[in-house]
Amino acid sequence: MGSQGGFGQSKEFLDLVKSIGEARSKSEEDRIILGEIETLKRRIVEPDIPKRKMKEYIIRLVYVEMLGHDASFGYIHAVKMTHDDSLLLKRTGYLAVTLFLNEDHDLIILIVNTIQKDLRSDNYLVVCAALNAVCRLINEETIPAVLPQVVELLGHAKEAVRKKAIMALHRFYQKSPASVLHLISNFRKTLCDKDPGVMGATLCPLFDLVTVDVKSHKDLVISFISILKQVAEKRLPKSYDYHQMPAPFIQIKLLKILALLGSGDKQASEQMYTVLGDIFRKSDTLINIGNAVLYECICCVSCIYPNPKLLDAAADAISKFLKSDHNLKYMGIDALGRLIKISPDIAEQHQLAVIDCLEDPDDTLKRKTFELLYKMTKSSNVEVIVNRMIDYMISINDNHYKTEIASRCVELAEQFAPSNHWFIQTMNKVFEHAGDLVNIKVAHNLMRLIAEGFGEDDDNADSQLRSSAVESYLRIIAEPKLPSVFLQVICWVLGEYGTADGKYSASYITGKLCDVAEAYSNDETVKAYAITALMKLYAYEIAAGRKVDILPECQSLIEELSASHSTDLQQRAYELQALIGLDARAVETVMPSDASCEDIEIDKSLSFLNHYVQESVEKGAQPYIPESERTGMLNTSSFRNEDHHEASMHGLRFEAYDLPKPVVPSKSPVTYTPSTELVPVPEPSYSREVHTSTAVPSISSSGSTELKLRLDGVQKKWGRPNYSSGSTSTSESSSQKTVNGVAQTEIVSTSTSRAQATSSFDLKKPQVEISPEKQRLAASLFGGPSKTDKRPTSSSHKVVKSSSHTTERPPAAKPVDASEKSTPVQPPPDLLDLGEPTVTSSAPLIDPFKQLEGLLDQGENVSVPNHGAVNATKPPEMMSLYAEIAASGQSGGVVNPIPTNGDDLLSGLSGGSIKTAAPGGAAGSPSLSKGPSLKDSLEKDALVRQMGVTPTSQNPNLFKDLLG
Amino acid sequence: MIHFVLLISRQGKVRLTKWYSPYSQKERTKVIREISGLMLHRGPKLCNFVEWGGLKVVYKRYASLYFCMCIDPEDNELETLEVIHHFVEILDRYFGSVSEQLYFLNLAYYILDELVIAGEIQESSKKTVARLISAQDSLVEAAKEEASSISNIIAQATK
Repeated sequence: MGSQGGFGQSKEFLDLVKSIGEARSKSEEDRIILGEIETLKRRIVEPDIPKRKMKEYIIRLVYVEMLGHDASFGYIHAVKMTHDDSLLLKRTGYLAVTLFLNEDHDLIILIVNTIQKDLRSDNYLVVCAALNAVCRLINEETIPAVLPQVVELLGHAKEAVRKKAIMALHRFYQKSPASVLHLISNFRKTLCDKDPGVMGATLCPLFDLVTVDVKSHKDLVISFISILKQVAEKRLPKSYDYHQMPAPFIQIKLLKILALLGSGDKQASEQMYTVLGDIFRKSDTLINIGNAVLYECICCVSCIYPNPKLLDAAADAISKFLKSDHNLKYMGIDALGRLIKISPDIAEQHQLAVIDCLEDPDDTLKRKTFELLYKMTKSSNVEVIVNRMIDYMISINDNHYKTEIASRCVELAEQFAPSNHWFIQTMNKVFEHAGDLVNIKVAHNLMRLIAEGFGEDDDNADSQLRSSAVESYLRIIAEPKLPSVFLQVICWVLGEYGTADGKYSASYITGKLCDVAEAYSNDETVKAYAITALMKLYAYEIAAGRKVDILPECQSLIEELSASHSTDLQQRAYELQALIGLDARAVETVMPSDASCEDIEIDKSLSFLNHYVQESVEKGAQPYIPESERTGMLNTSSFRNEDHHEASMHGLRFEAYDLPKPVVPSKSPVTYTPSTELVPVPEPSYSREVHTSTAVPSISSSGSTELKLRLDGVQKKWGRPNYSSGSTSTSESSSQKTVNGVAQTEIVSTSTSRAQATSSFDLKKPQVEISPEKQRLAASLFGGPSKTDKRPTSSSHKVVKSSSHTTERPPAAKPVDASEKSTPVQPPPDLLDLGEPTVTSSAPLIDPFKQLEGLLDQGENVSVPNHGAVNATKPPEMMSLYAEIAASGQSGGVVNPIPTNGDDLLSGLSGGSIKTAAPGGAAGSPSLSKGPSLKDSLEKDALVRQMGVTPTSQNPNLFKDLLG
Repeated sequence: MIHFVLLISRQGKVRLTKWYSPYSQKERTKVIREISGLMLHRGPKLCNFVEWGGLKVVYKRYASLYFCMCIDPEDNELETLEVIHHFVEILDRYFGSVSEQLYFLNLAYYILDELVIAGEIQESSKKTVARLISAQDSLVEAAKEEASSISNIIAQATK
């Protein structure tokens, strides 16, 4: 209809739009627009343009601006149009200025007055138009000019006006939080507005307020929950339905707020459980918006105090996501990354899906998956993950992401590196390929790490680290086009440690350094590093009493640099020349070997000059007068002070022009007190404390260290060889120490189910048709637990402790089992005050059963006692097996043998389990008796498989019940 | 929040831009160039999301037009996708076909202003929009401007 030219636009206008629409190239489009600009420039200044014509010109300017050209010549006409009385023209004017002007544009001052007038208008459409402009154009300085009126509009009869007024206040809050802090009570009032749209809009500012300060909004939890409940129960008018979902955008916003409020707050979280469960059930997974709500629900569940039932529901939703299209896979991976903090075992159930996403051609999905891997990295899988990341990093061109992934690689490598050698290799790769994108701090860290070693007394390991670094750098140095940052590291390390182990001669290394300086002659920083390295090498040679023979190329380099334009390089070159001329003792003092970590003492009082000063004074020199005591200086400084004062006076007077300020202060004595309460510094830290105290124990070892990471020094982060044992034992012990029951149960349930998941995976493997590579990858990524615990064998007592601990738990399970069955799903309150080790050992047991009950609720028709028995026997079984494998070292620990023959593998595994079950029984008493049951099930499994039953349900007794 | 909304044709031509965060004209051109480069070269069966310089771009193609919104990393992509869809639904009914949108740029902006205020998604009942528009309608008639205007059509479209 439009192309026929309705709406009273001129033919000229329609022709313009048509030609833009049909333009075949950007240059053609540009030509049209440039012509249009010329026309408009001419026309718009003509006298007595009819208003309708002017409106058309303004709209044509909008096109010009949209297509990326400068329409600033017409801005003033758009501003003028906002002054017009006719609503239509006014609206066009406002539209144009909101599109043309940023909030700091000079012309805005001309509009503020009009906006003020329009906000007072009787016609609510005028008010709406003005509010639209307020949202876009009002900046920090002009807020006071319109604030009172906008606040007044919160009580306007029309809901559209109220809604926009709230959004305007929200915008003010973003621009300058202090300006609207006294209005919090107003927001709380509008939350109860009878119009759902207004209420929904209020959630925006409230979300921001809660983000900043959770504590003072805790009382709203109940209100938010009841609103969410009403929305979910379709109590809102039908017209707010969107694709049959009741007000989904409001639901999402509410879920976001609840996630903040419930984080680390058990009491608040418990109030949310019911409504969250409802939403999980009601969300329609067939439509996109239903999934959007579902995703937000998962986010919320992963933020608040954990509840097993909801976590199950979230896990279910995630597995559905992962089986759907790309968008949902992406959301599923993201959700998995959130949930993994609470239940680390969940990723293992989806390992193949995750690997598929990792190998997906879609970059977006791939990156999301890398993010997930980053979150689940631990010492057992760090090599695989970091290598993958580096491979991907090499393959992309996007610098922004390259930087990010490089810093993640570095972070993970520092945190989990299994060996010095690997660490150095990894850093080399990162530097080689991401080079100058890497933060220079990372390079400094690396140098410091190599210099300091690990802060322990093992000098041998330190020197090994250094010589392996030197060796690898000498290999790399010849490669063309190395990034500057990397070269700096190389030069420094070669200078410091190149000759330390006596493997390479000084002349060999100095030759290499000269090559570097020559090859990168444009890079002064590298040259400076190189020449300083040369100086160090020569100094060590001299100090060691060897004769220094300077290579001809070094000589010419030194000569070249001593004539350099850079004074820094010059100085370094001259210093080097001076140093070579000194004798061994002096050199030793100037350049002590391997002293980069020594503190340099500075004599601030310059006491070594005392003697000289005294001598001079005795000879009749003027004694030194401190600056403060000098009379002449006094005057000038006080004068300067005055001057300063004057300047600030100007500032003050300038501020006094701020017109509407007097209005606000009238309220301020009362209102500002709460407002200061709202942004206190200690409160966020308090809430963070609460958060971490619950989150840390439940996060896997990788997660917890990840939280601490940035605060620590490098050496601490990066472990010694026995690091992994340390981490596992700490995660164990921290879980023991935590006072809250649920966090503990979480860990135990995860460790048992993880063991099951891995074993189930291993059993599944030979059957499912997956490429062996993928399986290997999966095993190396997810088969972590067994490997992680393999390491600790070096400090075996810790493993024994933890494994015996886990095996101890099951015996207690049975009595609890009987008593627990009758209790409802709510965790018993006394779990909260656990502190005694005796109680602790029983506490974890409650959870698996509860989870099972939850599963049973979902319609499993297995008889309860049988079911309980399976579970009661299974976990200890798996745990003892798992502990044994761990203890038995390398051979047992490798859970992913090459899958050539399913039966072979199976029999091997089941045989192994019998073998290992025996000693396991010795450690923890009951597991021995139940050894056969595992064997039974495994054999049954093998049989089923031979018969060619689908792999997903190969062991109904075990896996269906446990994994749902 | 939403940082900006772009409509870009399959040939990379700009059809609508709305900026909720401050970008200078120069930055705008750069942003449009980068995003159309990212978006137009993606295959059909991939995610509707692209990471872009620390933000996320959610896009969807309708006929020959790509609708895209740029959001913060912590925002919900699926939700944004639905806002786009919601917007398209209204535009579609309003203009008969989305591709006609170019002729009614100012009207498309008005609609967008009802759906997204200050970069935040609004729960807009279609009735509310209809009511607003019909109110305008009467005004327009009073002004005797553009007889069978826009507003009528919006009223029809959002019934």
